[in-house]
Amino acid sequence: MNRIALKMLMGDRLKYFGLIAGIAFATMLIVQQSSILVGFARQTGSFIRDTAQADLWLMDPQVRFSQDPVPLRDTTVQLARGVSGVEWAVPLYQGFLRGKMPDGTRFTMILVGLDDATLMGAPPVIVAGSLADLRRDKAVFIQADKPEKKLMMKRGGGRPLALGDRFTANDQDAVVTGTYRARESFFWEPVLYTTYTRALQYAPPERNSLSFVLVKVKPGHDVDAVKAEIERSTGLAVRTNEEFVKLTADYILNTTGILVNFGLAVALGVLIGSLVAGQTFYNFTLDNLRHYGALKAMGVSDRQLIGMLLLQAATVALLGYGIGVGLGSGMGWIVASQGLAFSMPWYVPGFTLLAILSVCAIAAWLSLSRVFRLDPAVVFK
Amino acid sequence: MAMKSAAFEAGLPAVACRNVAKTYGEGETTVHALRGIDLAIQPGELMMLVGPSGCGKTTLISIIAGILDKSDGDCQVFGENLAAMDAGRRTAWRRDNAGFVFQSFNLVPALTAAENVAIPLLIAGTPHAEALARAADMLDRVGLANRRHALPAQLSGGQQQRVAIGRALVHEPRLVVCDEPTSALDHETGHQVMEVLRDVAARGERTLVVVTHDERIFEFADSIARMDDGRITGVASGARRAGREAQR
Repeated sequence: MNRIALKMLMGDRLKYFGLIAGIAFATMLIVQQSSILVGFARQTGSFIRDTAQADLWLMDPQVRFSQDPVPLRDTTVQLARGVSGVEWAVPLYQGFLRGKMPDGTRFTMILVGLDDATLMGAPPVIVAGSLADLRRDKAVFIQADKPEKKLMMKRGGGRPLALGDRFTANDQDAVVTGTYRARESFFWEPVLYTTYTRALQYAPPERNSLSFVLVKVKPGHDVDAVKAEIERSTGLAVRTNEEFVKLTADYILNTTGILVNFGLAVALGVLIGSLVAGQTFYNFTLDNLRHYGALKAMGVSDRQLIGMLLLQAATVALLGYGIGVGLGSGMGWIVASQGLAFSMPWYVPGFTLLAILSVCAIAAWLSLSRVFRLDPAVVFK
Repeated sequence: MAMKSAAFEAGLPAVACRNVAKTYGEGETTVHALRGIDLAIQPGELMMLVGPSGCGKTTLISIIAGILDKSDGDCQVFGENLAAMDAGRRTAWRRDNAGFVFQSFNLVPALTAAENVAIPLLIAGTPHAEALARAADMLDRVGLANRRHALPAQLSGGQQQRVAIGRALVHEPRLVVCDEPTSALDHETGHQVMEVLRDVAARGERTLVVVTHDERIFEFADSIARMDDGRITGVASGARRAGREAQR
């Protein structure tokens, strides 16, 4: 009966393609919105992941996300270094500063200051120059990716900031001595790297300037135990990379409303998918009700009917799903190539498959209940 | 085919209805579709049920074929009381014992003539290739050997009804019920369809019950039961019986 069921499904080409198109559209909507949400979530943690040489981040307990440091006393670094099991602990500065490009274009930057001696916390890939170039006078590294978007000189320059250019950071001279590559960040401001000492020179004066302390745990020592010991001895918060990524993602996604908005978009995708696929499939069943009645009269069992309708539902679900995921991926590829948030880990298509199968199962069940209620005597009317 | 029951083996009628009643609704809205039907149809008999619209013909064949419950009385088909069976057993009984020819053909539009004919075999679990081969043989018997790959929309009304007859007979049921098989056809085509029914279906011990308004096909009947207002008002011998008796 499976072939009969499939032929009945595909017999009306318009409805068949309409069903698949509806499910494909819903799938694409769910995949795309979920992937953008995941992309945003991942981007919120990109700075932490790019600074992952350390095991632990020491910070003020009031820190809400990675770009929200609460200044610590400089002595905190020494306190951390004094804890048993700590291999090394280095200071890290991070703050928002105003800058001015050679042509006078003003911009806001996120300035990161690395430990002068070790340069720990540097970005993962240096594109132009070497990391040691950061120790040159007034040296600053800029991001190599898409400078035309984040560091464009708009007032007569007509080009992005480049290697060798001079600019001012908080009205103090800086020179681009290198470029780096890093993950796409959730924050639009360009991230510039320099040494810790120079970063404090650029930054507005404050009583405390230390943003974070990066801590590496000695091999063979338990990270959690060292973490607890640092917390006890400093009275500050210590987080692993993953904990800090999660803290940052949770805060940003919840406070910006991104989670709610994209969650609604995903829910809308499921809802539209349910309505389109459900109604089309239900109408398809209603159109064939007389034939199902005839089949029941001829002795088709309820089990055979369930099998037929489930096969029809699963067929359109999987075909529509495949097309929808393909379309969603294609659109995602275009979106991602523009530097926008889009990430499709395995669980996005996995979740979408579950959602689409559930939608089609509900549609099939509604249709089945109609067929079950059908009196086979209808064929004589 | 299902095993014949002991009662049927003992020479009882194929269909034996006693005081069968069917009502719809309750209280003041009660509709009495059948009011005490007594009817016996012998194995191999082609009986026509005739009467005005709403007299209960379709209700009666629905009960005889096991797709509708009676409200009262007793109805044995091949010695079995279908009303006593649960829904699953009754469905299986129909699958094994009954064939249906509908007024509006009820062919599945997406299936070819051969696939439509093969449906009862596929329902019974016959492998697809075997079912199609037997369907092709059946189409040959109803005169449509060269139309087996045609879709219903590509067939004339008469051809569609012949496909429906093939579908009703392909699994060799003991009972075939036909609801107005010629009403959607012109006189000549209707006559041809009845000839097919007579020549292919009404053979051996197969019992046919045909509901019709069409007096022009009465000549094909062994017996004609006239119904009115839910009752059998008379049963007369048909021309076919007279012909058969003359042959003996």
